[in-house]
Amino acid sequence: MVLITLRALIAGDPQADRVVPPTGFTVRLTMFTAGAMAFLAVFALALSLATGRLADRWSEALARTATVRISAPEGQMQTQTEAALQVLRTTPGIGEVRALSDAEQRALLAPWFGPDLPVDTLPVPQLIEVAETGDGYDAEGLRLRLSAEAPGAVLDDHTRWRRPLVQAADRLRMLGLVSIGLIGLTTAAMITLSANAALAANAGVVRVLRLVGARDVYIARAFVRRFTGRTLQGAAAGTALGMLAIALLPGVSTAGGFLTGLGFHGWHWLWPLIIPIVAAGVAFWATRMAALRMLREIT
Amino acid sequence: MIELQNVTHSYGGGELLSDITLRLQPGSFHFLTGPSGAGKSTLLKLCYGELRPAAGNVQLFGRDLGDMDRDAIAHARRRIGVVHQDCQFLDHLPLRDNLALPLAVSDRDPAAEQGNLDELLSWVGLSARAGARPPELSGGERQRAALARAVIMAPDVVLADEPTGNVDWDMSQRLLTLLVELNRMGKTILIATHDLALIRAAKSQVAARVLRIKDRQLQLAGADL
Ligand SMILES: Nc1ncnc2c1ncn2[C@@H]1O[C@H](COP(=O)(O)OP(=O)(O)OP(=O)(O)O)[C@@H](O)[C@H]1O
Ligand SMILES: [Mg+2]
Repeated sequence: MVLITLRALIAGDPQADRVVPPTGFTVRLTMFTAGAMAFLAVFALALSLATGRLADRWSEALARTATVRISAPEGQMQTQTEAALQVLRTTPGIGEVRALSDAEQRALLAPWFGPDLPVDTLPVPQLIEVAETGDGYDAEGLRLRLSAEAPGAVLDDHTRWRRPLVQAADRLRMLGLVSIGLIGLTTAAMITLSANAALAANAGVVRVLRLVGARDVYIARAFVRRFTGRTLQGAAAGTALGMLAIALLPGVSTAGGFLTGLGFHGWHWLWPLIIPIVAAGVAFWATRMAALRMLREIT
Repeated sequence: MIELQNVTHSYGGGELLSDITLRLQPGSFHFLTGPSGAGKSTLLKLCYGELRPAAGNVQLFGRDLGDMDRDAIAHARRRIGVVHQDCQFLDHLPLRDNLALPLAVSDRDPAAEQGNLDELLSWVGLSARAGARPPELSGGERQRAALARAVIMAPDVVLADEPTGNVDWDMSQRLLTLLVELNRMGKTILIATHDLALIRAAKSQVAARVLRIKDRQLQLAGADL
């Protein structure tokens, strides 16, 4: 039955449409609401996608590497570095270990101090890059052994600051999804209210249609078509505006953090296109429920 | 066709109709008279299921109204043409679409019945007014339109509530002729009216029974008409 209704909806039945008098204000409000909600949904969707990307990137890129930093007096630098490397190589769960060369360290510092930094003459700590394997390593045990063998070595496994960030990103993604859900429910509620108002205002029309032998589904269909169509139009406009607003955000730069990442990348631009379709589905379902319930009550 | 057995109805206050029994046999022609407020319109509404009786039994085409859901009533209504006392049109649609409404709601294609529709419009003398909206029509024009809409589905039964209330004598004779014609085609007709002259005119054309509501009861009117 839903299929038939859906087909009639798509095929179009101008006569069934016109049995409901123009419901001007109610329907225009519905259109506006659908548009506004779609606009908000685009942002909630962008937020979810962006934070999702962020969380993935952070946890993937950072989870696999750690750094050991060695600060020691000039004379002990070499020996402590050797000792630390030895400890790291014999620690289970650690894969590749590599002391950064002077050139690499200089490259890392260049953005802050300029390219001509005399690394040799400055007490710059030696950095060792540590790559983790499958199951990871026991960070506390490693710290203990490092402090015994190389007192100047500090293990920086990023987790201290990484975990809360990844958590925050995950939480934001959840919030984005919850927002989308709430927007959907609000839209359904608004449409139910205006469908009820339209039906109540058209009790006379319902009476005439019943008099000439219209079944409930016929009467409901007329209202459903009206509201679904207008919701689709409103949501399409809102989505287009939302996507335009996102496209006009300042471009994504490599230095840019989270804020400039708030957009759609590549095929993700297709995601917001389902918003009007979902909105129309919500309108279809909400109006149909409201209409059939209301028609059950008016006898 | 339509049968009322010991039907009682009240609008909340006292009983308006009590213990009414009425059987509309196929092909019969009935008039229903009675003073204003006696319950003629109410009895008609009971006959097509707009009202449900407080007590007693209503049968539409052999089925008990109490056992029929709204879809079943909708289907039964397609076999009953009703001329409502206050006409009941969709005021935002032109007359032509209003007449085609019973076709549209029963999923028949109004476009396929254009010829029928045109014929019907000229039959009630409204061809020139087909594009007008119901509020732009005179009372008599609306009544003629209501009759046209009542018969467009070629119903088995026509229930007409004061179909000649607002028209002049010539037009009421034409409408009557129309109803008599339908009756000759085998349709069952029930007309509620105050218009005794109309009843007299009808009696010369058709074997009509005249019923009267008096003291909440239905009686057969005698030769006093
Ligand atoms: N929906 C309603 N609610 C309450 N009372 C009603 C309702 N409809 C009709 N009545 C009352 O029931 C009584 C009978 O009304 P009905 O319309 O059946 O009379 P009628 O015989 O058709 O009168 P008329 O010849 O004036 O058309 C009237 O007193 C009327 O006021
Ligand atoms: Mg009446």
